[in-house]
Amino acid sequence: MERAWKEKAIKLFFVSTASTSILIVLSIFVFLGKEGGPFLAEPGADELIGTRWIPVSFQKESYGILPLVAGSALVTVLAMILTIPFGVGAAVYISELARPIEREILKPFVEVLAGIPSVVIGFFGLVMLVPIIKWCFSLSSGLTALAGAMLLGLMAIPTVISISEDAIRSVPGSYKAASLALGASRMQTIWCVTVPAALPGIIAAVMLGTGRVIGETMAVMMVTGNAAVITASPFESVRTMTATIAAEMGEVAFGSDHYRALFCVGIVLLLATFVLNMVAQRVLKRYRMG
Amino acid sequence: MGTARSEKIAGWVIRGATYSIVFVIASIIGTIVWNGVPAISWEFLTAMPRNSGAQGGILPAIAGTLLLVAGTVAIALPLGMATAIYLSEYAKAGRFTRAIRLAIVTLAGVPSIVFGLFGLGLFVIFLQFGASLIAGCLTLACMILPTIIVASEEALRAVPKGFREGSLALGATKWQTIRRNVLPYSVGGMLTGSILGIGRAAGETAPILLTVAAFYLPRLPKSIFDQVMALPYHLYILVTQHPEADKVRPMAYGTALVLIVLVLGVNLAAILSRIHIRRKYRW
Repeated sequence: MERAWKEKAIKLFFVSTASTSILIVLSIFVFLGKEGGPFLAEPGADELIGTRWIPVSFQKESYGILPLVAGSALVTVLAMILTIPFGVGAAVYISELARPIEREILKPFVEVLAGIPSVVIGFFGLVMLVPIIKWCFSLSSGLTALAGAMLLGLMAIPTVISISEDAIRSVPGSYKAASLALGASRMQTIWCVTVPAALPGIIAAVMLGTGRVIGETMAVMMVTGNAAVITASPFESVRTMTATIAAEMGEVAFGSDHYRALFCVGIVLLLATFVLNMVAQRVLKRYRMG
Repeated sequence: MGTARSEKIAGWVIRGATYSIVFVIASIIGTIVWNGVPAISWEFLTAMPRNSGAQGGILPAIAGTLLLVAGTVAIALPLGMATAIYLSEYAKAGRFTRAIRLAIVTLAGVPSIVFGLFGLGLFVIFLQFGASLIAGCLTLACMILPTIIVASEEALRAVPKGFREGSLALGATKWQTIRRNVLPYSVGGMLTGSILGIGRAAGETAPILLTVAAFYLPRLPKSIFDQVMALPYHLYILVTQHPEADKVRPMAYGTALVLIVLVLGVNLAAILSRIHIRRKYRW
């Protein structure tokens, strides 16, 4: 009898530890809502969808988050344009073309990249990349959306490579064998059979990489110049949502409108990454079933 | 032979793409090491900073990061391993299990700055810890929890079913089976996988920015409710916020070097021990 009780207690312990994850996710939503929510009642939600982010002003502050959303969107789109060819290309190379010994060296290298702290990548960007961009495009300052996008693209690469590579690897060997037997060349087989078959996995990889890019803070804050303007030019300075929170949260008064507006920016970020993640997981799951 | 030639060119193009990534990684590490090594000295590693970080050492930042990592691991490791044991050994397919998995996937995707906001809202303000070591550790622990869970579950699932069945057939209880026949063979793998999460905790800046890190605090913390300096935040300050950013460049390179040696050292240990474990356990 005693033994049965002990087993039950142990199981209960594990159930409760496992529930912690659910509890943490719920409290993230609750506490962001609790600190940011009051802004929607006063000054109101339409204040948030303005085009001017001027949190400190002698006349009238305005908390329109559109410039920040636009900044994040511009940097993210540029970063993904840069990441996709390199990331997918490298995934194809590592899984299909590299010799075994080459693969053993390349994979840890990519893991090393994933391990470099973002503040170090930002530092590197500031001392090496920013001057190069300034010189190449003869700009007055190299602190641009392009610089941020290049660093973020680099940081998304490990995610894109590892998940795409999994997808490419799980394409059944018979597909390739059939293609080769029909006289297709190695490249034709890769681009017309293997990659299309792995496409859902590759798309999911790109989405998860995008999630990482949107949420990245330090590197992007150090090299984009942080001007809250709406622009589509890669050669202008932009300010992302993440950088705004990180740069301004230290100076706001607790409970002020500015403080609450920053939490609202956090909620937008959380929802954006949450949706991206959920869709990517759906795609991955459906793909694995099929 | 047009095809043979275009085959070759296509091959070289993607090889080029792959090696250009390798080149960039090597140049990042190379730049930091090349410029950082001259800044490293015994004083740099063991002295307090002076003159708002322009002179002296970075001892409080090193100590702060080590304390943060230790605290984070002490919280996240038991929790993550226990969750993994539940998922791999006890959980049955159903709503509760699905909810846990959904929560883990969601947590893994939450941006680090949002963890910072969450830590600020819950630990710093609501629980009134203030900006402190404990608030930072709890925040980082939430952040690395999914990494630890996923890695640990994988290690547990690698133990063959027969190990469990044999023990249960001899009349052992479920917990006896787990403790004597499953954990001993998986704990190495669990720790190895978790190390990657630990490296992330050491290198992250955004969450500690809002929950613990001090701009300049030339002393060591006395309690878990003290603020601490941390390497990544110190680097950020030296590079972008310092009034004489150009003059403190050597200090910044030195700090960056210490940080990547710490983080990559930890990751390298994980990679090596993974290779070792794969060789040791083969069934």
